[in-house]
Amino acid sequence: MLKVFKSPPFWFFAAFLLFTVIATVVAAEEITPAAVDTGDTAWLLTSSALVLMMTPALAFFYGGLVRRKNVLSILMQCFMLMCLITVQWVLFGYSLSFGPDVKGIIGGLDWFGLKGVGLAPNPAYAATVPHQAFMIFQAMFAIITPALILGAFAERMKFSTFCVFSLLWATLVYDPVCHWVWGVGGFLRADGALDFAGGTVVHVNAGIAALASALVLGKRHGYPDKISPPHNLPFAVLGAGLLWFGWFGFNGGSALGSGSLATNAFVVTHVAAAAAGLTWALLDWIFNSRSTVLGIITGAVGGLVAITPAAGFVNVIGALWIGLGVSVFCYMAVALLKVKFGYDDSLDAFGVHGIGGIWGALATGLWATKAVNPAGADGLFYGNPAQFLIQFKAVIITAVYSFVVTFVLLKVLTAVMGVRASQQDERIGLDLSQHREAGYTVLE
Amino acid sequence: MKYIIAIIQPDRLDEVMAKLEEQEIHLVTVTPVMGRGRQKGISEIYRSHKEAGSLLRKVKLEIAVNEEFVKPAVDAILEGARTGHVGDGKIFVLDLNGCIRIRTGEKSCPAIG
Repeated sequence: MLKVFKSPPFWFFAAFLLFTVIATVVAAEEITPAAVDTGDTAWLLTSSALVLMMTPALAFFYGGLVRRKNVLSILMQCFMLMCLITVQWVLFGYSLSFGPDVKGIIGGLDWFGLKGVGLAPNPAYAATVPHQAFMIFQAMFAIITPALILGAFAERMKFSTFCVFSLLWATLVYDPVCHWVWGVGGFLRADGALDFAGGTVVHVNAGIAALASALVLGKRHGYPDKISPPHNLPFAVLGAGLLWFGWFGFNGGSALGSGSLATNAFVVTHVAAAAAGLTWALLDWIFNSRSTVLGIITGAVGGLVAITPAAGFVNVIGALWIGLGVSVFCYMAVALLKVKFGYDDSLDAFGVHGIGGIWGALATGLWATKAVNPAGADGLFYGNPAQFLIQFKAVIITAVYSFVVTFVLLKVLTAVMGVRASQQDERIGLDLSQHREAGYTVLE
Repeated sequence: MKYIIAIIQPDRLDEVMAKLEEQEIHLVTVTPVMGRGRQKGISEIYRSHKEAGSLLRKVKLEIAVNEEFVKPAVDAILEGARTGHVGDGKIFVLDLNGCIRIRTGEKSCPAIG
């Protein structure tokens, strides 16, 4: 026993423990200003994790819909974005999006490498949580937005070009649009455009970029007649279910606090998804004589897309209408519009996120009410038609910018490095040609 | 020696196996297959796009038998697989030129059983 006290390792260990405790106490005093609300922070961190999960959820939603030879390429593209965009975000993406405003257009590089983005709250964005909690919550949005686009060019894009495209798209399209709508000083934010959780920033932006990429890349070989049906619908259902689950963080977390606004967002998100899934099932029943699984999950995802900008501004009745409307519009887009114009939006990224996002952003201008959120605005149905026009303007500006920059970017990449996998690579599948792996083995 | 190939409805497999068992026919290889006959497939719908005439799921049985077991095997399959509806499948009987049991190297008729 005595021997233990005398031994140098013991004293070293004891001193180390004491030092650690003192350091922790001092550090705790330094990094925990009184303004941080632990409930708000807990909810925002939880929400961040939920939103991150939406990207692998999307991977399974999309992955189930492609042919078996391409399933890994979808999972890989999604996972690569989780890694690539995170690094982009902490180095300069967050600064471009939310950093000190430059003429309403873009954030400055003052927060490069998260310089000055610490654990004290930034009252301009979220007064009750550490600035880094807000930053990491926003990081998850920056990750999933380019991931939504890949549904349009699935099964045919070269992986190297995909990586370059995603990095440039995040920098040239997502970060500026994010700044316009959410950044302090951003011109659409100053205009009074309402976008609670990313209807324009995420869904219109990605959905329109999806249309541009479907047009630049062209159709898959054999489209539309010789493309096999989804290889694993249960994967798609799993993905859609997890998207629904994660969306509570996407919209609920966008309240940036854990109180009544988060509750409203949570409830209307759920209601809109349910109404939209139900509507699509009925439309399928009427027009195709059967309700389909792919139909009901597509509808539910469409409902989640549409309620996104509105979640903090509308009540449950508004959510029901938004959910009902989105399935009608998206159904027409994927069943009629796509066939009529013949573009190969492979997994309906434009049909669901683009159309659903536009409907949601406009519908926010119809059903928004200050009774839900005094910091918001009233919509057309609550006596303020001007709000609808503001929403319309934000949609048009975002859509035009996203379309033009995405189109030009992909044209440049086509010239510089080529965007499409070779015909031979596409035929044998991207899993084998781009990654030298197979999703499934046949023998053992 | 004959080689019997039967294409049957997937849900009749258990019944066919039971009937073969009654005839003491144990050697059988089963594979899930896709196919179609004159009835064509049922068209599928994905986001309102109809996939016309896809193939139907069937089960393929392969059985190697000595001459005296040909009739009992065919009868067992007929009994077990028949529902009376279109799509019940077909039985093909082929001549079999050889058979070798890998474990012992036995050849021909004794190797089958």
